[in-house]
Amino acid sequence: MSDLLLPPELRYADIIEKRKNEDGSELSILNLGPTHPATHGIFQNILLMDGERIVEGEGTVGYIHRAFEKIAENRPFYQITPLTDRMNYCSSPINNMGWWMTLEKALNIEVPKRAQYLRVIVMELARIADHIICNSVLGVDTGALTGFLYVFQYREKIYEIYEEICGARLTTNMGRIGGFERDWSPLAFEKLNILLEEFPPIWQEFENLLARNRIFMDRTIDVGPISAEKAISYGFTGPNLRAAGVDYDIRVMQPYSSYEDFEFDIPVGKSGDTYDRFCVRNAEVWESLKIIKQALAKLPEGPYHADVPDYYLPPKDEVYHNMEALIYHFKIVMGEVPVPVTEVYHPVEGGNGELGFYLVTNGSRTPYRLHFRRPCFIYYQAFNEMVKGQMLSDAIATLSSLNVIAGELDA
Amino acid sequence: MALETTTIQRSLNDHFESAVSDFQQIHDILTFEVDSEQIAKVMTFLRDDATLRFNFLTDLCGMHFPDADPSRQFSVVYHMHNWVDNVRIRIKCFLPAENPTIDTVSNIFLSANWQERETYDFYGIIFKGHPQLKRILNMDEMTSFPMRKEFPLEDGGRTDKDDRFFGRTTDNR
Repeated sequence: MSDLLLPPELRYADIIEKRKNEDGSELSILNLGPTHPATHGIFQNILLMDGERIVEGEGTVGYIHRAFEKIAENRPFYQITPLTDRMNYCSSPINNMGWWMTLEKALNIEVPKRAQYLRVIVMELARIADHIICNSVLGVDTGALTGFLYVFQYREKIYEIYEEICGARLTTNMGRIGGFERDWSPLAFEKLNILLEEFPPIWQEFENLLARNRIFMDRTIDVGPISAEKAISYGFTGPNLRAAGVDYDIRVMQPYSSYEDFEFDIPVGKSGDTYDRFCVRNAEVWESLKIIKQALAKLPEGPYHADVPDYYLPPKDEVYHNMEALIYHFKIVMGEVPVPVTEVYHPVEGGNGELGFYLVTNGSRTPYRLHFRRPCFIYYQAFNEMVKGQMLSDAIATLSSLNVIAGELDA
Repeated sequence: MALETTTIQRSLNDHFESAVSDFQQIHDILTFEVDSEQIAKVMTFLRDDATLRFNFLTDLCGMHFPDADPSRQFSVVYHMHNWVDNVRIRIKCFLPAENPTIDTVSNIFLSANWQERETYDFYGIIFKGHPQLKRILNMDEMTSFPMRKEFPLEDGGRTDKDDRFFGRTTDNR
C-alpha cells in the first residue's frame, strides 16, 4: 500500500521519527482547521511543521459535503437552483444565472436582450460582492481590520439590491428559465445608482489603505506564488490564474448573456503570488463597475423574460381566471416540463473561475446526471504545494487570497 | 486559423484508428468515444500535438448506466479545452460493470488528481496509477459508492414523495 493512502498523521509520525534520528530536528504536526477562524470555511489542513515553517501538508475536505449532485438527479430542473446558491454562497446570483443559461442552452431558448443585460448587471454585482469579501478578509488575515469595515457595508448594500430583485439576500434563488421572475422595480435601480455613486470612492480608499502599504506588501509579495504553467496544469481559472499572468476569462473567450456588447479589460498579474491575486481582484472590481454602468446606459426596453409558456410560470392573475394558465402553472410546479434528450456543458465566469455545469438529460423530469465544475475544488489541490517551505502565517494569507469557499469545495 | 472539428477528427483517426469512434457534435462541443485502454495516450497526444493543443483539462466526471450492456455500465467523461483556438471537446470512455478500471491522467494534468479521487469516491471507478486513490468528500469508512444509480437518495418508504401518485413510475420516467 502506498504511503499516501495512510492518514497523514501516521505518515508524518514516521517522518518526525526519522528526522529526529537523522539530525535531531523536532518536527511537529499542526491541524489547521476544520473550524479555524482563519480558514473561512470548514476544511482541514494537516501540516507537518518545522518550527514556523511548513514542511508539507495534506488537505482534508468534505466536511460540508451535501451530495448536491445526487440530490439534483432526483429533483425537477427548477428545484436545482437553490442547490446552486449554496455552492459559492458569496456570489450565488452567478451560480443561479449559470444554471439557467445551461438549461436554456439545452432547451434552445433565446433570452431577450433586456433580461440578458439585467443578468449581466446582477452577475457583476455578485462578482463585486465576492471580491469585496476576498480582498477585505485578506486584509484582516494580515492584520488590517479597518479596510474590511469600510467596504463590508457595501456588500450589505449589494445584498439589498438582490433583495429588491428576488426577495432573498444570501442564497438568492434568482431568476427563471428564460429570464427573471419579475421586472426590476424602480427601487432596485435607485439602489443600484446610489451604490454606483457611493461605492467607488470607498473602494478607492480601501485600495489606498492596502495596495501600497509597506506592511501589507511585505506580508503578501512572494507569498504562495504559482507559475503560469503549474497553474494551468492544476486547472486554475479566474482571478487566481490571471494573477499568474494568463488572460483567460470566459466572459471574453466564450461570451454569454451579451458580454460581447461591453467594453472591459482583463486585468492580469505577473508572479501569481498573494499580492498579485489581491491586485487582480481589486482591478476586476473596477472593471465590473464599468460593465454595470455600460449595461445600465444601454439597457433596452422590452420583456424581461422569454416567451416560453412551457417553462415560464404564467402571471398569477391568469392562473386564477384562465384554465390554460392553470394547467401550465401546475405542470411547471410539478416539474412536468418537456426536456429533450441531450447533453450540454455551459461555463460561466464565476467569482473564483470557470464555473461549469455539465448536464445530461434522458427526457425525464430530472437530470440524468448533473456535474458541477467547481473552480475551488480544482485549484485548492495546489494549496499545499504553494505553501511548502513557507511560514504558517503566509499559508493563512495564501489561503484567503485563493478565496476557497467551503460550500463550493464540497458541493 | 481556427481549429476545425474535422481536423481534430481526422488527426485522431489517423493516429488511433479504431480506438476513437462515434464522433458527434452535441450543441457546441465535439463529442467522441475513446477506448478506455488508450485514454492516457490519446490525452497526451491531444495536449502535445502542435495543431490540436488541448492544453487544459476542464472537467472530469463519472457516470453510471445501470440499464446498459454490462461492458458499458460506467463512463468517465473528460472535457478538454484548447485555449489558443478556443475549441472544446468532450471525451467519453466506457467501462464494464465488473471492476471498472481506467488509467489515471493525473500525471498528464495535475488537476485530474482530486477529480479522479472524487470519481472514485462516488462511482468506485479505479484509476490505475493514481498516486493517492482514496475517498475525498465522503468519509473513509464508507463502503458504498453513493452516486451509483442503485444507491437511494431518500428512504424508499416515504409516501409523500411517491411519484406513482402523479402518474409516473418510481424511476421518474
